[in-house]
Amino acid sequence: MTTATRLFGSAIKRREDPRFITGRGTYVDDVKLPGMTYAVFVRSPHAHARIKSVNTAKTKSAPGVVAVFTGQDVQTGPLPCGWLLPGIKVPPRPVLAQGKVRYVGEPVAIVIAESVYAAKDAGELVDVQYEPLPAVTDGQKAHSKSASQLFDDVPENQSFDWNIGDKAKTDEAFKSAAKVVKQRLVNQRLIPNAIEPRACLASYMPATGDLTLWVTSQNPHLHRLLMAAFVLGMPEHKMRVIAPDVGGGFGSKIFVYNEEVAVSWASKALGRPVKWTAERRESFLADAHGRDHITEAEMAFDQGGKIVGLRVSTHANLGAYLSTFAPLVPSYLYGTLLSGVYTIPTIFCRVWGVLTNTAPVDALRGAGRPEATYLIERLVDLGARALSMDPAELRKKNFIPADKFPYQTPVAFVYDSGNYGPALDKALEMVGYRKMREEQEKARKSGQCLGIGISTYIEACGPAPSAVAGSLGAQAGLWESACVRVHPTGMVTVFTGSHSHGQGHETTFAQLVADDLGIPMEQVEIVHGDTGAIPFGMGTYGSRSAAVGGSAIYVSLQKIKEKGRKIAAHLLEAAEGDIVFEGGKFSVKGSPDRAKAWGEVVLMAYLAHNLPQGMEPGLEVTSFYDPVNFTFPFGAHIAVVEVDPETGNVKILRYVAVDDVGKVINPMIVDGMVHGGIAHGVGQALWEWGVYDDNGQLLTATLMDYALPKADQLPMYETARTVTPSPVNPIGVKGAGETGTIASTAAMANAVMDALAPLGVTHIDMPLTPSRIWQAVKAAGKK
Amino acid sequence: MKRQIKVTINGVGYSHEVEPRLLLVHYIREVVGLTGTHIGCDTSQCGACTIMLNGMAVKCCTMLAVQADGAEILTIEGLAKDGQLHPIQEGFWEKHGLQCGYCTPGMILAAYQMLQRSPNPSEAEIRHNLDGNLCRCTGYHNIVKSIQYAAQKMAGR
Repeated sequence: MTTATRLFGSAIKRREDPRFITGRGTYVDDVKLPGMTYAVFVRSPHAHARIKSVNTAKTKSAPGVVAVFTGQDVQTGPLPCGWLLPGIKVPPRPVLAQGKVRYVGEPVAIVIAESVYAAKDAGELVDVQYEPLPAVTDGQKAHSKSASQLFDDVPENQSFDWNIGDKAKTDEAFKSAAKVVKQRLVNQRLIPNAIEPRACLASYMPATGDLTLWVTSQNPHLHRLLMAAFVLGMPEHKMRVIAPDVGGGFGSKIFVYNEEVAVSWASKALGRPVKWTAERRESFLADAHGRDHITEAEMAFDQGGKIVGLRVSTHANLGAYLSTFAPLVPSYLYGTLLSGVYTIPTIFCRVWGVLTNTAPVDALRGAGRPEATYLIERLVDLGARALSMDPAELRKKNFIPADKFPYQTPVAFVYDSGNYGPALDKALEMVGYRKMREEQEKARKSGQCLGIGISTYIEACGPAPSAVAGSLGAQAGLWESACVRVHPTGMVTVFTGSHSHGQGHETTFAQLVADDLGIPMEQVEIVHGDTGAIPFGMGTYGSRSAAVGGSAIYVSLQKIKEKGRKIAAHLLEAAEGDIVFEGGKFSVKGSPDRAKAWGEVVLMAYLAHNLPQGMEPGLEVTSFYDPVNFTFPFGAHIAVVEVDPETGNVKILRYVAVDDVGKVINPMIVDGMVHGGIAHGVGQALWEWGVYDDNGQLLTATLMDYALPKADQLPMYETARTVTPSPVNPIGVKGAGETGTIASTAAMANAVMDALAPLGVTHIDMPLTPSRIWQAVKAAGKK
Repeated sequence: MKRQIKVTINGVGYSHEVEPRLLLVHYIREVVGLTGTHIGCDTSQCGACTIMLNGMAVKCCTMLAVQADGAEILTIEGLAKDGQLHPIQEGFWEKHGLQCGYCTPGMILAAYQMLQRSPNPSEAEIRHNLDGNLCRCTGYHNIVKSIQYAAQKMAGR
């Protein structure tokens, strides 16, 4: 290395920023093609109805209209579901509604015109006659014979009935428990709201039969695979998917949606490029939503406060159809996390996946893990109150000890590494816990409602390995690929299957490469988001990019260096085993003067004038890295709030986050992701709520009605880290994109309940809006 | 019934015949071809489309192009001068005030007006003034820091 500080671990400014701060990013809607047409979708105004007729005659003759297609025209395969559980029912999800509509916003027709204004005008003229049917929107109420049935062959609207853990053993533990706390928890529906709305642009070339699709995707190869193989029925190699700059995803841009399929199909039918960009209202109606669980949860303790069992049953509202990874989220990303950071001898969890007349529900930042964490952390706090114990002490008493790793939980997972005590101790120290409790006592005496909420969480990142995922229902592998191409001049291009939509991979992956090769970052280029350039890729979700995508790059780099060492050994007439590679130089061990620079060795690989016998020229390696396990980041978050019992308003006074995400490539970027994650989780705790009325109308379909966190509602976050490297990947990283969201919702809810404890309030369902808090305070006062 | 409008954007004069209903943001993005101004919500809540129009920060997704006839407009593309980043742009880069970059142009222009009106804002003022701009990535922490950095830099500190 030329500098004393390693690039790996440094807070380096992002290389992608210059284009974004000057307005020169290229998002899908910024792409324009000659002859481009514009699509709008005619969507169902009903939550549940039979389509009696669709008349498009007036639309077709409207000015500027190129074509109108309905479900009768667009005959493709249904949108696939990528995770199948035992006995699951996957009703077909048509690209455009066929015969029936099942949620408000379901696409019924696509109108294509020369301008978006013309398309909108013409869309108004599509005459759809509906016969409305009763709707059901509540996941628990829908799970019944007497509820309106969405599909004839899905009785009680039940898609799956899944469980994990040992029921008999858990029931037994509850019988002999000293204390049981029980709570019904509603984990409300959230609507993702990436600030860039979804968009797609399809361009079919009749001359060659090639289709190029620009799409707001977190995983362009998955988009291509699922669309080509299952929906469009076109050869995979004739389709290219480009996900250029993408303005946030948070899960919502993983999935294959109706619109991108319809637009691709239409481009092929018309032989012209077709673009669609969602309006915010469409994002609300037709992006996959998140969460929406109704849960009965019980935690059993012994006399001394040790947790002896956990029993959970959950109705997971899946929406009207199964979105791409919908079954995975409330099963293997939820039930498996229910041990949290605690030694819990026995757990049983049953989940019913239920279809309702609402937008499909799928992964949203955290995906299953925030639901699990909220549940455990609320119960631990309720337990602390029931046992009259300090919530920090109760947590410490139940932490999995540091010497028990790898740790087998009763719900399938084997945690890779962990050391939970120091993270909580650090957070307690940062917040000044003891002093804070004293202040709280004082505040209470003067009628002030000050609350301190703790959340000690675990997350599971980078679902793996593929063989295990496959045995649990995954219809895809969960590895990642990386092609490292060293050019003759020593410059390096890395083609990664991970996708950056805010994560900063162009910086962090370049740090990883430059650090490992001992070359300046300027010599490294990271390419992502294009199936035409990258061998294959599973994309970015589940905080997997560093752990899986980064490791794939690392594995390729080792192979590059191995070949380099062979060439250097040959040129230096030394044994390969004696060659060391350091600071961008191959040298003979013990004689640093006998050396070949990186550039010399690389050039020789391409000149091929003097290579070891039998060696192929060139210097390029593609690796497919399949991790041996998930990684398990953890940490402790503490929120301090003041609640005004008169107005129900919550003010966040402090927010402390100590996260352990393993080794850190760029601390500035990790801090940034933690900040954003916290805001997202605080949003769920206090404000965000996707509400359908009983008729299935979405009442929160604009940013006027759905409250996203704003700058003046949030504090400066106090962040710190402990570092427990992951032993499951070669670079020791865990994952940081979702930790904040997973931890903060529970910390906030616990803080508010702690603030309201003297008033006799034990639980309020989220979001903890002023009106709900005010009502709970009034109700508690009447008791 | 198209109407002729003339505007100056980032110092360059433009003249086009437009439909009266054409939104200013569509004019800037589609007709003039400056795509740095983004559309996030169509209803003036998210602020991704914030531009400076005759010295005022406006959300151009809810303004018609014909209403901007004769106006002087500054978009994100016009902020850097002679390849030199504006201190606010520099602040966002230095302090990691962006992740996906989509809200960033609007944030920067909202900050531009904020610092014109109040060159040395407190943290609370900054947060209050960002009320009309939504970011889903940063949790606002580093956006506040970015604007504080710019304020200091612009004050020559």
